[in-house]
Amino acid sequence: MYVNIRGLASNNDVNRLSGMRNKLLNVFRTVGRGLSLTLRHFFAATESRRVKSITDDNYFLQNSGTTTIQYPHQKLPLPEVARYQLDVEMDDCIVCDLCAKICPVDCIEIESIKSTEAIGKTSDGTTKRLYAAKFDIDMAKCMYCGLCTVVCPTECIIMTDTYDRSTLTLNEMVYKFSDMTAGEAEEKRIALEKQNAERQAAKQAALSPEKPK
Amino acid sequence: MNFYLTYVLVATALFAFTALFTLFALYSERKISAFMQDRLGPMEVGKYGSLQAFADILKMLQKEFIIPSAADKILFTLAPVVIFVSVYLGFAALPWAPGLSPSSLNLGLFYIFAILSMETIGILMAGWGSNNKYALLGSMRSVAQMVSYEIPAGIALISAVMISQTFNMQEVSIKQGILSNETILFLGIWDVSSIGGFLAWNVFQAPHLILAYIIYFIASLAECNRAPFDIPEAESELVAGFHVEYSGLRFAFVFLAEYSMMFLVGMIGVILFFGGWNSALPNLGSVRLADWTSSLGWGIFWVLFKTLLVVAVQIWIRWTLPRLRVDQLMSFCWKVLTPLAFLCMLISGVWRLTMM
Repeated sequence: MYVNIRGLASNNDVNRLSGMRNKLLNVFRTVGRGLSLTLRHFFAATESRRVKSITDDNYFLQNSGTTTIQYPHQKLPLPEVARYQLDVEMDDCIVCDLCAKICPVDCIEIESIKSTEAIGKTSDGTTKRLYAAKFDIDMAKCMYCGLCTVVCPTECIIMTDTYDRSTLTLNEMVYKFSDMTAGEAEEKRIALEKQNAERQAAKQAALSPEKPK
Repeated sequence: MNFYLTYVLVATALFAFTALFTLFALYSERKISAFMQDRLGPMEVGKYGSLQAFADILKMLQKEFIIPSAADKILFTLAPVVIFVSVYLGFAALPWAPGLSPSSLNLGLFYIFAILSMETIGILMAGWGSNNKYALLGSMRSVAQMVSYEIPAGIALISAVMISQTFNMQEVSIKQGILSNETILFLGIWDVSSIGGFLAWNVFQAPHLILAYIIYFIASLAECNRAPFDIPEAESELVAGFHVEYSGLRFAFVFLAEYSMMFLVGMIGVILFFGGWNSALPNLGSVRLADWTSSLGWGIFWVLFKTLLVVAVQIWIRWTLPRLRVDQLMSFCWKVLTPLAFLCMLISGVWRLTMM
């Protein structure tokens, strides 16, 4: 420990004192700055954020006031290109299974049944030859990458601007787009089997030579 | 018999007041903190969330009393009661208006200080009884902190008492306004006995009491376990400190004690330094502002107004300053506040002998 034998204030003491004084002043200054900052924000809270679209020119100009958006009551307007939950226009779907194949998280599940004849045409003129017995999209798994919408040849799977569809059970997050009932699907399946069997029989008949009598 | 009825009525009224104040303070604290952080705070329950505190207390009333299997059941169940009752009893000696004081004790301030120290025991009981390392750490910190900070707080209050020459809180109040029989000197030179108002308050009778009040205010924050001295709770280190194992109504009692304590220490400061129930408005010639604003109703208004202002400052500080470290806390108390408090006491003595 430093002992001042001569009883005089040495440079060391003076330095320590001025250091302490600076420290004390710093305490008051920083505390004052903090308190004034919070007080300023407190009084600025009379003004609250106006709900504006991100495309608005003044979107980033609102620097004071509360920033909360009271979500279910207030919603930020969505830009035109907003891409959220998936929707499928089944009339246009040719059940090609491309969306299910490209999906990185395997959230699309499709079960197709070959039709016995051409079912109809999509709006862009492609002929539909498959029934979709099952077209489920698990929105709980979906990561909103949008790859399925890119690969779809008929542009029947699209992303909509719906982003909040809360459900009570996880099962409800599986959206079922197929418009066939189980009975109808079974009917088509039987028809297909029947046709297959007929064709098989015809083929057999064609292949096998006339049996000698 | 009427005697006892009065006792019960007064006690009930005080309890009702502490409960209502807690609900009010809870709401205002949430709102003030929200505004300071550019949020809105509770908005859903009632207009602007005004019924949020009632919703919270209703939820707490319905909750189960959980006692940890390894806890000391007697200490654990008793602790919230001890914590709350010690704070609640403090209200007994505080004057609300001229002639309105639950009990006019000659040793009022002494009594309040003694009874407030009991809270430390309650907190230690809670921490020890929970049989939880966080709770125990929190309560140990709390005891260390409260015992240490009682010294500067007490000495700072004594320096005000030396100016007033009485421990009776009602008399301390009387001596700071127009109802006083003694002459009151503003800064020790100007006779303001008939002018009153803020000029007659203790802090203006002897200006060094402003320093004493600042010391007391800081120490009282530490005694309430409020930020920046909330190391007993220290959410980020100790989960919730000494009350981590409490649920339901028991937790509500700990909460009630904390907020009542805020009001109590604020009110003690107001009474000893800022004139208690005395009007802030002085008599100006024929405009007798102090005379007009000194009555039973006005007294309650003034003491509530001043104390709520102090509580608002407590909340303001809590949401501004970060928590102190334990060693900083202790060195601040013993190396800064205690010597300064002694200095204030010394000046008070000199002031009393030379200026009054």
